Amino acid sequence: MGLLSDPNRRRALTNLLTRLNTPICVLCYLAGVAWFMGLAFEPFTLRTYMSENAMGSTMVEERFPAGERALVTAREFGAHKRKSGAMPVDWLVKTMQSRGLEVYTQSFSRRLPFPDENKERYMVRGTNVYGILRAPRAPRTEALVLSAPCSPDNSNNQAVGLLLGLAQYFRSQIYWAKDIIFLVNEHDLIGMQAWLEAYHHTNITGMDWAPLHGRGGSIQAALSLELSSDVVTSLDLVLEGLNGQLPNLDLANLFYTFCQKQDILCTIQEKLQRSDWDSVSGYSQAVQTMALMVLKQASGRPWGDHGLFLRYHIESATIRGINSFRQYKTDTTTVGRLLEGMFRKLNNLLERLHQSYFFYLLPSLSRFVSIGYYMPAFGFLAVILLLRALDLWVQLGALPSVTEDGVGSRALPLQSSSPSLVSILTPVVISHLTGAALYTLPVLSQELAVQHFPVSETEAVVLTAIAIYTAGLALPHNTHRYSSIAKQGWRVLKLVAVLYLAVLLSCTALINFSLGFILALTLVPVAAFVTPHVPKVLSAVVMVLLAPGCTLLYCVFAFQELQEAPVSLIDGWMLFLSVISQGMLDHALYGSLVYPLLALFIYPCWLILWNILFWK
Amino acid sequence: TARPCMLISSSVALDFVLIGRTSAFLLLHQARAERFFRSDHTNNWAVLVCTSRFWFNYRHVANTLSVYRSVKRLGIPDSHIVLMLADDMACNHRNPKPATVFSHKNMELNVYGDDVEVDYRGYEVTVENFLRVLTGRLPPSTPRSKRLLSDDHSNILIYLTGHGGNGFLKFQDSEEISNVELADAFEQMWQKRRYNELLFIIDTCQGASMYERFYSPNLMALASSQVGEDSLSHQPDLAIGVHLMDRYTFYLLEFLEDIHPASQANMNDLFKVCPKSQCVSTPGHRTDLFQRDPGSVLITDFFGSVRKVEITMETINLTVPGIPLERFGGEPHTETALAYVDQLPVAQIIHQKPKQKDWHPPDGFILGLWTLILLVFFRTYGIKHLKHIF
Repeated sequence: MGLLSDPNRRRALTNLLTRLNTPICVLCYLAGVAWFMGLAFEPFTLRTYMSENAMGSTMVEERFPAGERALVTAREFGAHKRKSGAMPVDWLVKTMQSRGLEVYTQSFSRRLPFPDENKERYMVRGTNVYGILRAPRAPRTEALVLSAPCSPDNSNNQAVGLLLGLAQYFRSQIYWAKDIIFLVNEHDLIGMQAWLEAYHHTNITGMDWAPLHGRGGSIQAALSLELSSDVVTSLDLVLEGLNGQLPNLDLANLFYTFCQKQDILCTIQEKLQRSDWDSVSGYSQAVQTMALMVLKQASGRPWGDHGLFLRYHIESATIRGINSFRQYKTDTTTVGRLLEGMFRKLNNLLERLHQSYFFYLLPSLSRFVSIGYYMPAFGFLAVILLLRALDLWVQLGALPSVTEDGVGSRALPLQSSSPSLVSILTPVVISHLTGAALYTLPVLSQELAVQHFPVSETEAVVLTAIAIYTAGLALPHNTHRYSSIAKQGWRVLKLVAVLYLAVLLSCTALINFSLGFILALTLVPVAAFVTPHVPKVLSAVVMVLLAPGCTLLYCVFAFQELQEAPVSLIDGWMLFLSVISQGMLDHALYGSLVYPLLALFIYPCWLILWNILFWK
Repeated sequence: TARPCMLISSSVALDFVLIGRTSAFLLLHQARAERFFRSDHTNNWAVLVCTSRFWFNYRHVANTLSVYRSVKRLGIPDSHIVLMLADDMACNHRNPKPATVFSHKNMELNVYGDDVEVDYRGYEVTVENFLRVLTGRLPPSTPRSKRLLSDDHSNILIYLTGHGGNGFLKFQDSEEISNVELADAFEQMWQKRRYNELLFIIDTCQGASMYERFYSPNLMALASSQVGEDSLSHQPDLAIGVHLMDRYTFYLLEFLEDIHPASQANMNDLFKVCPKSQCVSTPGHRTDLFQRDPGSVLITDFFGSVRKVEITMETINLTVPGIPLERFGGEPHTETALAYVDQLPVAQIIHQKPKQKDWHPPDGFILGLWTLILLVFFRTYGIKHLKHIF
């Protein structure tokens, strides 16, 4: 007889599974964590290389001469900005027209669901200005975008100046095969979202914008520039976009090769390159860089103005100029030459960037880890859930035989050995209703909260969210009253919860590996060990400490630690509150999915496990 | 070894040229005259194909155009060249110097020129069209410029360049031609007597695999790299932003620039073009199917056009010294000043009477008429009046 159809052998296998379940789970967890930490180890990573044939090597002659003139333009722009208080639309239109571009403006307005305390805005109204440089001989089917945000304070003037200088230089060349759109967006991400939505004729977030009068063709690639000083010591590349989406690795490779050609210092996560990656300190820096990227990707928010392009399958990155105390400085002309070289190479593209990886982690700019290498780390953690589910299934299957064989000390009625569907659904439904309340109530009830409590709207929203989250902890005492299921019904519920969590985390990891991995790190042990029979108080404390909310708190502290700007507990708590409010705003403004995922799916799942802990 | 027909034609020529003869001079002149009729091809054709498109394959178009330029310079007219270019580099939007294709960096040599005639362009360059051109199986509506109208006395040069692999050549990023197909096409050409001798040059990666399967006679083949080797590109131009030429064709062009229509360089020199030190890959050649010794095959047999005229600066004594040449006629023939034939005889068109320089006796008709009138007069009025007249 076969291995699985022979009852004796099957019983032997299932006994093995039951006996070894916990050790294997522990082993898998440790293997997953070790695999993740080992990803940054230098011999396991691959050197980055240019995959796109059309972009070839850096053989192009950059001749951009006008760095100083760009700085003069930047100072003019700054002066006009100070004078008008907002973006100097007329001056920008006039300057772009004098450089020979087709200039258009777009106005937009948006009322945020609650005031944004970080950027101090609530009712946002602005104008985007963009100029299109038409390709001299090509049909208008493709476009490239160079954008610089217009910040209200005195930053990013040099970015706009360099953008205008490049526009003038590009205008006199004849080798452009794609239109180039020079965009200056106001209110950074909100303006960019308005422009992109109007360009692609979609309206995802309910913003109010004027339609675009001038258009350039389908956008192949976009670069966003942030430059706040006349000289820079290094250029930082920001890749993480909305919902953890990353541009094609070829764009990062292109930036890196041109940085090397122009002899500019380039960084990622603001960490410098080094030559000794296989030493201990090199390894720790690689791990730090990778961990920063994981945290940024998991937050699901766009970390530069480029982050919103990725949703439309436009490869984009942000280049940020950093001026630190270093001897070797790079002037604006060299930065302009780097951008010129990158644009000439992007001009040679015949199709969208697709040859290189879309899913990767970068321990440094010269090394990468592709999805095939990092996914097993998550796979080990997901296997734990499947093993637990198998174990529960075996236990559930073994139960009727136990009651049949058992000498009637506990005369259980036969129908209660298989709990009814309704009794399982009750905790599930109530948990999800709590999740839905966590998702909708904070924003809806901010008016009510402001009336009754002396807090601002933002604080009201955040504190309501925390309140609902904590209130969910009290649920088991309530749900229990409505159910009258047998003591062993918790196994079915746990089976459902574990499988649900496995599916949820796997789907999340496919789209946003970092988010899935971080959630799995804390939720999988909870899901694995929780039963009604473990010591209640200790496990309750552990569960609360490993809950999604606390995971977010740890991530905030870890992020600050990795950025070498550690915060005290109070500051960390304030940061945590602002992170919650930013998450909700990102969801409302740009369609970030982290907040709905956590509120509507992860939190109810955790609540179901909390219910199992307090099963009576 | 000379063929019988060559000996016959040479001896016939000798009969016309020589008058006096001795056996030694006969042999010397025979050897000299044989040089006129070494190869028995009467016309030259060239089929030059570039199979890759896209801007970053600029160098393949430049390769083909440089061979085209050499072949035209050495005498093959456009009507005998079938030029197939899969993409237009000169007018590509990314070309910073429009209407030019350069083969040297610093833009020394524009191989596009002013008078290039591309017969198959863009998407017309397909495997099917290429094989149809070779075998002649074209629809009746195909214009002459797109046909290879060779006969059994044609020497054909075929040059292919692009991306290739072991046993295939990629056309246009979408299809391939295999070495078996190519060999079969040449066999069809042989059976239809569409060529006298054929020189096949290929500049791709692993190009030697393309001539491995040839089995028809009178084929000579050259390739830029052996199986397992890649053909490398030569030099990038930073202003244009692409590689301009492949190494093998670059050195081939350099070699051909020194060839002029009367050059005596032979195939052994061509085999030495681009040694491994310059080309990095190992060029290969195949001559086992070729009947003549490669050392006796002139470069101009394939790259140039047939000329029965040998331009020489030295004087050749075609006569036996000491035997005077008999002249036709006695006195020297005074050369009348030659004039062109009147292309437009206005006089005949406008019917003018030609001015007569000499006096001619009156017309016989008028004479007879007067005689008749006189006889009638004397008959009617009597003969006695006759003494008044005479």
